[in-house]
Amino acid sequence: MFVLSTVVRDPNILPPARRRAEIASLDVAIAALVRDGDTIALEGFTHLIPFAAGHEIIRQGRRRLSLVRMTPDLIYDQLIGMGCARRLVFSWGGNPGVGSLHRFRDAVEHGWPESLELEEHSHAGMANRYAAGASGLPFAVLRGYAGSDLVGETDSIRSIVCPFTGESLAAVSALNPDVAVIHAQQADASGNVQLWGICGVQKEAVLAARRTLVTVEELVERLEPRPGAVVLPAWAIDYVSVVRNGAHPSYAHGYSERDNDFYLAWDAISRDRTTFQEWMEANVLAA
Amino acid sequence: MTIAAARALRNGAVCFVGIGLPSTAANLAARLHAPELVLVYESGTLGAKPEFLPLSIGDGILAETADAVVGVVETFNYWLQPGRIDIGFLAGAQLDRFGNINTTVIGDSYDAPRVRLPGAGGAPEIAASCREVLIIMRQSPRTFVERVDFVTSVGYGSGDGDRERHGFIGAGPTMVITDVGILQPAPETRELVLTHLHPGVGLQEAKAATGWELVASAELEHTPPPTTLELSTLRELEQTKAGRSTVGVL
Repeated sequence: MFVLSTVVRDPNILPPARRRAEIASLDVAIAALVRDGDTIALEGFTHLIPFAAGHEIIRQGRRRLSLVRMTPDLIYDQLIGMGCARRLVFSWGGNPGVGSLHRFRDAVEHGWPESLELEEHSHAGMANRYAAGASGLPFAVLRGYAGSDLVGETDSIRSIVCPFTGESLAAVSALNPDVAVIHAQQADASGNVQLWGICGVQKEAVLAARRTLVTVEELVERLEPRPGAVVLPAWAIDYVSVVRNGAHPSYAHGYSERDNDFYLAWDAISRDRTTFQEWMEANVLAA
Repeated sequence: MTIAAARALRNGAVCFVGIGLPSTAANLAARLHAPELVLVYESGTLGAKPEFLPLSIGDGILAETADAVVGVVETFNYWLQPGRIDIGFLAGAQLDRFGNINTTVIGDSYDAPRVRLPGAGGAPEIAASCREVLIIMRQSPRTFVERVDFVTSVGYGSGDGDRERHGFIGAGPTMVITDVGILQPAPETRELVLTHLHPGVGLQEAKAATGWELVASAELEHTPPPTTLELSTLRELEQTKAGRSTVGVL
């Protein structure tokens, strides 16, 4: 083996290659992968958000999680409101096209149900942090954050001087979550996965993480190539779970439509603590 | 406001679009004078041509009608960062006289904010790297403030020369379109001055809606009233909206 560097890398950052993903039920996969105190990333940029997996994490009562996600929308609002989170690493926390995430705001503004530490970035910064994590690099470089007060609040934003031009650029530390969870349209029997439509940062999140779960709409005999699709080979994934409509109220292109009415309805459900808790009892905990 | 924003979009421009008013304005412009307008949504849909107004930047209609759908890393690194986008739309909870925007927190303390806002999203890099930025916001003394509580995205920093010092490739906010009129940066100081009043709005009203001592341009004009075609096209577009958005549109 070649010695590439004198710096000893954390051997846990990237797991050894596996032959194939294990196909298991959602509760088994979540129990096997997610532990109290983990840093977890449930990714999906508006499309293909792994809601069902998030609900299973809530049902299993995980605590003190560091939640990573570019756009912590309703699923993170639910995890935060149910007391699963200690920390949030993010770039935009709102209900898209609707308004505030009330459980997120309540946690930050009033510490309910507990206080929430923030590690706050821009989209460009978060995307590059995942890309660095997936590349096995300690940081990423971008033109970003100059003049923004975020620099003073977020330790994982620093500046670096280009060794070639002398230009000052932003450096952001790599993200390597303990667990990444994404939702995709299809997997084959070996656990190879294909997703298409708006693909966000799912590929980077999966490749940056130590352990991974992909929930899928269906298992198919063979994956038919699709334009613009992301294909993740089975040996890059730990678990695949079939969860039909597992992205609802987000959607799976070709399988379901985004439930815009639910996103609108969430504003009233989540505004009040009791209404929120009752809704979660009836629709997530009892499910 | 929507119509004034639509008019500011020239045909053929590549436009980075956020949801709500910017999306409505861009789609309106594409149906009027700018059929070649290229809409880029930050979900990675390049050249989206939605038949109806989406509720979110990631609605399926955007991916179905796009020239290409790319990942978020690519959207920001390959398309925005090198200056391939002509016009970026931004808005915020607060704006100051140099066009700096706050979308992070209201209050003196980041750690204990009075109001926690959604955060930066794509805005800091849109503000830095789009060739120009259009800001669309309702104007009131509460939102147009002397100093923003938190600088999320930089307009002109503390005045002329600041953008150059930061190494930004874009020109910054060239126009702030409000429900009162249009503000533009003064060439010397970069302070936002009132250049247009919408029909029926007076100068005093505009000053009263501003939290700093608003200066009016010597060539203060009125924006032309909306034409029947602009109004009817906007109404048609509004009727096609996905869901019942609570975001102000007109």
